[in-house]
Amino acid sequence: MKTSTLAGIAALLFAGLGIFGVVPGRTETTERESVYAELAKVPEKFKNKPNPLANDRDAAAAGKVLFEEHCEDCHGAGAAGGRKAPSLRAREVQEATPGTLFWILSNGVVRKKMPVWSKLPEPERWQLVSYIKSLGPREAATNKAEKP
Amino acid sequence: MILGRRLCIYLTVVLAWFSLVGVRDLRGQENPYMVAYDHNLEEPGNLEVEYFSTFGTQRGGNNFHSFWTEFEYGATAWWTTEFYLDSQTTFGDSTVFTGFRWENRIRPLKNEHWINPVLYMEFENVNGADKILKEIEGHDVESDFLAPNAEARKEKNHEMELKLILSSNYKGWNFTENTLAVKNLDNSPWEFGYALGVSRPLGLKGSSQKCNFCLQHFIAGVEMYGGLGDRYSFGLHDTSHYLAPGLAWNLPSGWTLRVEPTFGLNQNSHQFMLRWGISYEISGFGQKMADLFRGKP
Repeated sequence: MKTSTLAGIAALLFAGLGIFGVVPGRTETTERESVYAELAKVPEKFKNKPNPLANDRDAAAAGKVLFEEHCEDCHGAGAAGGRKAPSLRAREVQEATPGTLFWILSNGVVRKKMPVWSKLPEPERWQLVSYIKSLGPREAATNKAEKP
Repeated sequence: MILGRRLCIYLTVVLAWFSLVGVRDLRGQENPYMVAYDHNLEEPGNLEVEYFSTFGTQRGGNNFHSFWTEFEYGATAWWTTEFYLDSQTTFGDSTVFTGFRWENRIRPLKNEHWINPVLYMEFENVNGADKILKEIEGHDVESDFLAPNAEARKEKNHEMELKLILSSNYKGWNFTENTLAVKNLDNSPWEFGYALGVSRPLGLKGSSQKCNFCLQHFIAGVEMYGGLGDRYSFGLHDTSHYLAPGLAWNLPSGWTLRVEPTFGLNQNSHQFMLRWGISYEISGFGQKMADLFRGKP
């Protein structure tokens, strides 16, 4: 096969996928409600799971570093919301139990583009939970505010 | 000299990609496996550009250096697609482009389980000179690679490869088992193979400071893979098998380095191969492409 044909196939493939991956969906409000509704779907037995690093003073700081490496690109700086994912400072998230957030991290919401983060070891996932819970609510910081 | 020039071209193209799309730091969390797959897919919208290289020994012939570039894209959180370009240099012979591959991995279950299945489908359009040894199947043996490039590249292979990946994460460990079935579309029998892997980060807790050398950035592992014969002669006879300890270094800047010395386990196997790879994850590639086609700045 000619090199130019190969290059053409590659370009078409990635151009097509680029468009496929970001087809605009529902309105922001519906999307927001829909995303946060996932928190309520966490099985009861996991909701009450305590954070084993709750008394670890470094956990939130380590979680911040992990957040910047793995999560900030979607959830925005300071978890205030980004183009691809909602704010984690929203009331729904801040009022969720640590076990709920840990379960969401571990299982993802793959049908709604939230990847599974089980590849991070459990202590790192709990550090992320510690960081998210340390942020406190900031309702004003919605997706919209973060958009360019 | 020629090899060096080609390597430079490869790396220049890869780096050009980065400058074109603009990049953000994003740490990967890649396992050291070169052959086995786990159930962790690419994050949606991200593109990982990877360059891999294998130096292999060849009894009865010239040693070789095979190299390939992968473009791995997270189409969704449950579907990752990947495009490969393969090449190789046989020392004392020549350097040849050997073909392309297009693979897809789909995660059918939406939640994490004890064992997580992933379905893998790949189409290969490679010639007989291909030596990347990305999978070992059927009765693949070392002597298959003796033919000179000029002769070997005349053989065209159009293959469909299917894998069932079963993978688990438990207390920081990853265990994975892959079974594969390959069908040459030119009326050859189904061939089978396997790959097993286990890996673990050297540190399970994140550091409160950004650092390159913290233990959690290093993942050590070992994989074993080989052929299982074909439809008419299933089993271990006339098959090759390998054992490969490996290490991945996931830098906070988004780069991942991998190295994997590989040892042949029987007389049909290449006695030694040294594999290494470098990759970079481009965050939000899909969004950037979409913005480009929609005319956004």
